[in-house]
Amino acid sequence: MTISAAGTRPAPPEPSFFHQLGDSFLEIASTVGGMALLAGRIAVRVGTLRLDGAELMRNMYKMGVKSTPIVIVTALFTGAIMVIQAAPLVERFGAHGLLGWGAGFGTLREIAPLLTALMINGRVGANNTAELGTMVVTEQIDALRVLAIDPVSFLIAPRFLAMVATLFLATIFADALALLGAAYAGLGLLGVDPVVFFNGLTSGLLGIGDVMSGLVKSVVFGVVMALASCQYGLGVKGGAPGVGRAVNATVVASAAGIFILDYVVSFTLD
Amino acid sequence: MRSRAPASSPDDTPPPPSSELRLVAPEPSGVRFLGAQAIALFQGGRDLYSVFVRTLYYCAKGRREPGAIVLQMYEIGNRSVFFLTVVMGFIGMIMVFQAGLQTKRVVPDLTMLGANFLELLVRDLAATIGALMLATRVGAGIAAEIGSMVVTEQVDALRMSAADPIDYLIKPRFIASILMTVCLVIWSAAVAFSAGLLTGYAMFDIQPRTFLNVILVDAGDLTVGLSKCVAYGAAIPIVSGHSGLSTYGGSEGVGWATTRAVVNSSLAVIILDMLLSAAGFLIFR
Repeated sequence: MTISAAGTRPAPPEPSFFHQLGDSFLEIASTVGGMALLAGRIAVRVGTLRLDGAELMRNMYKMGVKSTPIVIVTALFTGAIMVIQAAPLVERFGAHGLLGWGAGFGTLREIAPLLTALMINGRVGANNTAELGTMVVTEQIDALRVLAIDPVSFLIAPRFLAMVATLFLATIFADALALLGAAYAGLGLLGVDPVVFFNGLTSGLLGIGDVMSGLVKSVVFGVVMALASCQYGLGVKGGAPGVGRAVNATVVASAAGIFILDYVVSFTLD
Repeated sequence: MRSRAPASSPDDTPPPPSSELRLVAPEPSGVRFLGAQAIALFQGGRDLYSVFVRTLYYCAKGRREPGAIVLQMYEIGNRSVFFLTVVMGFIGMIMVFQAGLQTKRVVPDLTMLGANFLELLVRDLAATIGALMLATRVGAGIAAEIGSMVVTEQVDALRMSAADPIDYLIKPRFIASILMTVCLVIWSAAVAFSAGLLTGYAMFDIQPRTFLNVILVDAGDLTVGLSKCVAYGAAIPIVSGHSGLSTYGGSEGVGWATTRAVVNSSLAVIILDMLLSAAGFLIFR
């Protein structure tokens, strides 16, 4: 790269469309690669149990217990929405006994894991990025390194485990609550007795496989969310606006990752 | 705060220093906690209502600034197209795949799958999933931007110049968001339906001509779907602008505001969805 002899350089030309395309492709590739490397480093720490127990507990409380109200509200409303959407079909065919199956199937397999992941992503993932980003900006991570404390085993690995565990447990909780919400929405809107609803749920069309499929998804979502939020948090540059940008990028990247992996998992499991 | 046991790390490295990143005050317990929560919820609702009413007032009586609105429309709309296209494409594929699989368990006839999918898409799915994604992307963006302005005291400077930050900052985003949400939801419905059509053809051998069936979509579905677009488009900038304006305390505060914006606007979308769906079901059944 040569610096032109003239004092003022001309402004760089607007990059062409293909230039921008290539740039964003390279950016995505480097982010995914960074996430994979981070995953490897976390796996080594978790495999050899080199992580901070107290930090793990603190994060489990902060991420898991504190998210309970959001999970409750989301799950109850989600169940009700599922019944409302299934209602015209049920009325058209007069198949009140199938309401439990229809709502339960959609809830357990797709909607409860997906919406819980999106809500936890907004709360926990974004917050985690903001916290790690603030630590990076204020050079606390460098301070840890100076003190010969491994940031991955002290900060990152506990957060990763806490996030995956939070999402898994929250999905179980959300499954149960969404079915409760669905049962009572069915009673209120369609006059379907909750007993009929739960009979439809357990009459054999739904199996443990449907529940397990949702739970496998929740673990996958948790992994991608935790990796993305740690990766973006550690890569923050440039003060308070940088933290804001990183948080924004994290929630977008995790949401896109969640939907893409949802598709992949759905196809590989069935 | 002394209750923390010394770190029991099994290896020989000395235990990390106890970083006392505690919450500032001990949490109140029992009834006191519930009461504090209820009061906070009530005050939050009142603040939100005040922001909403002032935004509506400035929409009618405020300054005319088409430039700012067009800029926000570009920020909110054009920059979300790629993200929404990816997400809605995958949603279309997943929904058709799962629905086809389930329908096959009960009846082996998939001819109505496309019609039912289109009805569900128009009535609920396109608007709600699209708005949840916009709440994530746009909500976080608005809160981060306004939050940074609050932290760097630019909003105070606006107030000092006798300009209401709601007129300058929230009103353009409000108008732009309503307009662009409607456009983006229509686009995302088209993307999701096309992806579903291709999936139906590839996985279940449903002919595109059979799949593209608008017989079940009626005026009620369209009304409910479009009113959801408008409601979500209005709710997202209000909720996230409110959490951006109530930012305090440096870069960590901006992070908190962004988190709150994403969570609250997603919750607003889900609650509005439930209310509008129930109303639509009761009116148009």
